[in-house]
Amino acid sequence: MIVLEKRPQPSRFWSYATPVAAVLATMVFGGLLFAALGKNPAVAIGTIFWDPLFGEFAFYYRPQILVKGAPLVLIAIGLSLGFRAGIWNIGAEGQYIMGAIAGAGVGLAFYPLEAWYIFPLMVLGGALGGWAWAMIPAVLKVRFGTNEILVSLMLVYVAEQLLASMSLGLMRNPEGHGFPGSRNLQQYESAHNGELIAGSGMHWGVAAAFIAVIFAYVLLNRHMLGFHIRLTGEAPRAARFAGVRPSRLILFCLGVSGALAGLAGLFEVAGPAGQITIDFNIGYGFTAIIVAFLGRLHPVGILLAGGLMALTYIGGEIAQGNLGLPAAAIQVFQGMLLFFLLALDILTNYRIRPRKSEVA
Amino acid sequence: MDLSAINPVLLIASLMVAATPLLLAGIGELVVEKSGVLNLGVEGMMITGAISGFAIAVETGSPWLGFLAAAAGGALLSLLFVLLTQVALANQVASGLALTLFGLGLSALMGQGYVGIKPPQIGRLDIPVLSDMPVIGPILFGHDPILYLGIAIVAGVWALLKYTRAGLILRAVGESHDAAHALGYKVVRIRTLSILFGGACAGLGGAYISLVRVPQWTEGMTAGVGWIALALVVFASWKPWRVMLGAYLFGGITVLQLNLQAAGVAIPVEYLAMSPYLITILVLVILSKDKSSAPASLGRIFHASR
Repeated sequence: MIVLEKRPQPSRFWSYATPVAAVLATMVFGGLLFAALGKNPAVAIGTIFWDPLFGEFAFYYRPQILVKGAPLVLIAIGLSLGFRAGIWNIGAEGQYIMGAIAGAGVGLAFYPLEAWYIFPLMVLGGALGGWAWAMIPAVLKVRFGTNEILVSLMLVYVAEQLLASMSLGLMRNPEGHGFPGSRNLQQYESAHNGELIAGSGMHWGVAAAFIAVIFAYVLLNRHMLGFHIRLTGEAPRAARFAGVRPSRLILFCLGVSGALAGLAGLFEVAGPAGQITIDFNIGYGFTAIIVAFLGRLHPVGILLAGGLMALTYIGGEIAQGNLGLPAAAIQVFQGMLLFFLLALDILTNYRIRPRKSEVA
Repeated sequence: MDLSAINPVLLIASLMVAATPLLLAGIGELVVEKSGVLNLGVEGMMITGAISGFAIAVETGSPWLGFLAAAAGGALLSLLFVLLTQVALANQVASGLALTLFGLGLSALMGQGYVGIKPPQIGRLDIPVLSDMPVIGPILFGHDPILYLGIAIVAGVWALLKYTRAGLILRAVGESHDAAHALGYKVVRIRTLSILFGGACAGLGGAYISLVRVPQWTEGMTAGVGWIALALVVFASWKPWRVMLGAYLFGGITVLQLNLQAAGVAIPVEYLAMSPYLITILVLVILSKDKSSAPASLGRIFHASR
């Protein structure tokens, strides 16, 4: 028999080792899944993790990692602040949509005017859109004690309906021959979030993601507010004695994560996506939850995890084209990763020991 | 707009059908939460049940085997939740989310060959005189057996929790796992059984959507019903009959909303489709003041140190 013994302090070694172990375990079990689907597991894993970085067409795929990784990192950074304090915003997908709608709305309102101030205003609009959407669960929680998990999630479905309504109605391109979807912002100079350096994949969203990582790092390690966030998560009672005001923390964490998700939506709609359409959102808000946990809720970890997750997206697309691997298989693969991560986390907090035999 | 086209008898009958997935998933989650575990993976278990039930029903031609497979599929997925939260002592919120994300992916993968197929139909109850009665017939005696099974499960859970020793132990584990452990009850075993029951119920609820209510398979077809079921348990203050009441209320809103769409009300379709979610939020706000009835150990990790 084995017993679990709680460690006095979480193991430093295992807190670094579990994400790596989880990725390896996912590769093994993912390989088994791919084998069950009739694909060569080694080739499939290689296609997902190797080809985008070092394969024949890597020059094309490498910039894509930045493009896909930026929204994931941006959203996950915001989520991680709340998750650390036990505030669960799982409606980032909705905040992402609302940021995109609000930001694109600002841009479209100015069409066809060309001016330098349009894009900054759109950024502001995107952040505000996401922020406002996240403020709904935040205010309801502070004022009425409503569960923020359920409210933020319900609002995802509301935002999806609103997105459909916008792309079919208010924001539909008047020159679009009746097709759903807004004007393409890529063809509107002042509103386009184009590449900063041609061919690098680097757009303003990527820059914002890096800035968010730095800010989160400073906040958590060098700022009183960050200390309060960590304290609330690790020792809620002590936090109350230390004078932490829970309601302010809730408003802050949900507000920041909403604003960041909104920014991610805006940079996406003004850049890679280009327009508001019914199927604009592709689940970044949910994948970002995996990214946040894979990065152990640490800003630098999230940066790495975001890169890895972007890799599985791109590698998955390649495997779809080359090997006929179904898109859903990648979704399962990503879900598996979170499973192994949570399961292996026990090694961080507990020691596994053989049970000592009873003294006669 | 022609509101007279909405037939109240048919409305109530279809309301009961719309409410059944919620009812099944909600009563399962109620038992899970009564044992002190918060499983946020209801949506994932429902959609897994929806596709396992659909696939087996199509392959075997028997909707009954389909429902059986759906319960098994939901329970199997919830077993992963057991491993995470009861064995590996992982955070329940995160594990539940993992279950939902995984379930959505898995169901999409499993369902690839089943898009656009019609499943075999489950027969409706047809009692000679009773089912032909004008108003009462279609409302009370004209449904499929699973709908009645849902109501029977609610009654069973109610009786179990209120009158039996097993129910008392289940509640004790949910209120204070340390005290229950000290008394010699197997906390982990009891919670495992509850979680499996919740998974099976959620699976049945999912299959009810894919086999009876729609009936078809599309990716992500549960569309948040699992999350509404979670809200429903809060709404019901953890009381079985109130879960049923709540489910019928939400079922009513869903059906009314669809009827209004069909009747061509001046409100755009998208805004009507939002209404169940918005009303869920509204109900949560109204009822969130009273948290006293929540099981005291809900969501807390149990680790027997000796």
